[in-house]
Amino acid sequence: MAKITTDDVRRIAALARITIDESQLDAFTKRFQDVMRYIDILNEPNTENVEPTAQVTGLTQVMRADAVKRYCDKSGLLDCSSLPIERGQIKVKSVF
Amino acid sequence: MELKKLDIEGARAGLINKNFSAEELVKACFEQIRLKEDLNVFVSLSEESALNTAKTVDNKIAKGEEISTLAGIPCSLKDVVCTEGVLTTASSHILAGYKPPFDAVVAKRLKEADAVFVGKTNTDEFTCGASTETSYYGPTKNPVDQERVPGGSSGGCAASIAADMCVYSIGTDTGGSIRQPASFCGVPGLKVTYGLVPRSGVISMASSWDTIGPFGKTVKDLAYVLQVIAGHSEMDSTTPEVAIPDFMANIEKSVKNLVIGIPGEFFVDGIDPEVEELTRMAIRNLERQGARLVDVSIPTVKYAVACYYVLTPSEVSANMARYDGIRYGLVPKGEIRDLEDYYYRVRSNGFGEEMKRRIMIGTYALSSGYYDAYYLKAQKVRTLIIEDFKRAFTECDVIAAPVSPFPAFKIGEKADDPLAMYLADVCTIPASASGIPALSVPCGNTKEGLPVGLQLMAPQFGESLLLNVGNIYEKTSG
Repeated sequence: MAKITTDDVRRIAALARITIDESQLDAFTKRFQDVMRYIDILNEPNTENVEPTAQVTGLTQVMRADAVKRYCDKSGLLDCSSLPIERGQIKVKSVF
Repeated sequence: MELKKLDIEGARAGLINKNFSAEELVKACFEQIRLKEDLNVFVSLSEESALNTAKTVDNKIAKGEEISTLAGIPCSLKDVVCTEGVLTTASSHILAGYKPPFDAVVAKRLKEADAVFVGKTNTDEFTCGASTETSYYGPTKNPVDQERVPGGSSGGCAASIAADMCVYSIGTDTGGSIRQPASFCGVPGLKVTYGLVPRSGVISMASSWDTIGPFGKTVKDLAYVLQVIAGHSEMDSTTPEVAIPDFMANIEKSVKNLVIGIPGEFFVDGIDPEVEELTRMAIRNLERQGARLVDVSIPTVKYAVACYYVLTPSEVSANMARYDGIRYGLVPKGEIRDLEDYYYRVRSNGFGEEMKRRIMIGTYALSSGYYDAYYLKAQKVRTLIIEDFKRAFTECDVIAAPVSPFPAFKIGEKADDPLAMYLADVCTIPASASGIPALSVPCGNTKEGLPVGLQLMAPQFGESLLLNVGNIYEKTSG
């Protein structure tokens, strides 16, 4: 595989909405590269005409009745947030 | 009688015969938890609610009411099992302060059985790890040797049993996270068939690999717990509607004529010689009980770690996308430029280094131009691993192998080498790839006194067989 550069790591981090500290970038890139280089072993086995496995149960199209159930009340949902509550709503920081 | 040392049968007998109360049993466990606080086993404790449940059970016993097998018996839950109103953080900073508004299905089933929850145990962050060192709350120490890891990611669960803090524990196993800490701490632990125990309400790591399973003091403990938590749920569309057997029905059956397959590929280069010796001695013990040994081959074991470390980070990257700090958890300090800035700051501050690495490996593998080369290829290799196991099980009833190439390592030893940490899972990942059940049962200690576990694997939904063989081994190995 092609060598992974610090620019690649910056690009992938942006896709994942994560910042890697510039001071950590070289070390992070090296460890990332080590892992991806190891993964190249997957090029060895012949997988021509092999179906991919997404999950192992064999289940498909699992259905259930479209029946409305009361899950929990609003106060229960609000209680689970550690963010401030105002007028029955979770208050988040302004992003505009 | 040391209450804290009891297994489920001993605890239940003591409660029924009124030798002690559930309240006394729970208090004994909390005394032990406080005494061994330096092991850093728990992220949070629930002493008040535990004692309330214990008192309810004591009242039922006093009135002569029938109680369930697990009633009044203390257990711990891994810090990814949601319980209503109780702090559950996946041992991550990004879920700081999160109290779920619901019970996980497994928790609900245990509550209906009057189980007593003592607290949430430490785990690698979002269960990504093999040592419980990546927890935001610091590493858990192995009760057998406090300079060493308890294994991971269910290291807190295994340690809570080994340190007599509770009678059984509920952990998760995605690539070995029950079996390996069970082996490192010297307790039995069971990875179930994928889909046997509902995952609904358990914080996900990798959705097509995650399983929920028990630790206990004995193999029978695992059977008693599994009886309560196993079975289809309409809350989890990956739980097949299979009949749940009585897991105790055949647990004492002789292993005469049982065929045990030994795959050479699991005895990897560099395996600790004492681990190999103890594992092979354990297998020979079963032979003395009448089992027949055959060599089997699972050549794709060689690719299992690479397959896992493409597919699981990919699933992790998808599962971690929901942690954006909007609805719950971390709020970044200071002025926010815009929504994107908000996400970057929450996620960068909230996730530890290992989580970031896994999310990024997954993001890379799934990204445009790389999906076929990595993700699709790894899914096809997963099919080859599944086929290898199916072929092996035409030649044997169960497969026996080491759980780990080495016993518990020192805290910090592998912290700077993530690839070395990943390779530690080489013996456990294959069963996870195939979705088959696998048991870790203690099979002795090294000369340094470090526990080693024997791994037994069976075809899908073969838990009864595994529990039977594990129980016979446990009884006859002294």
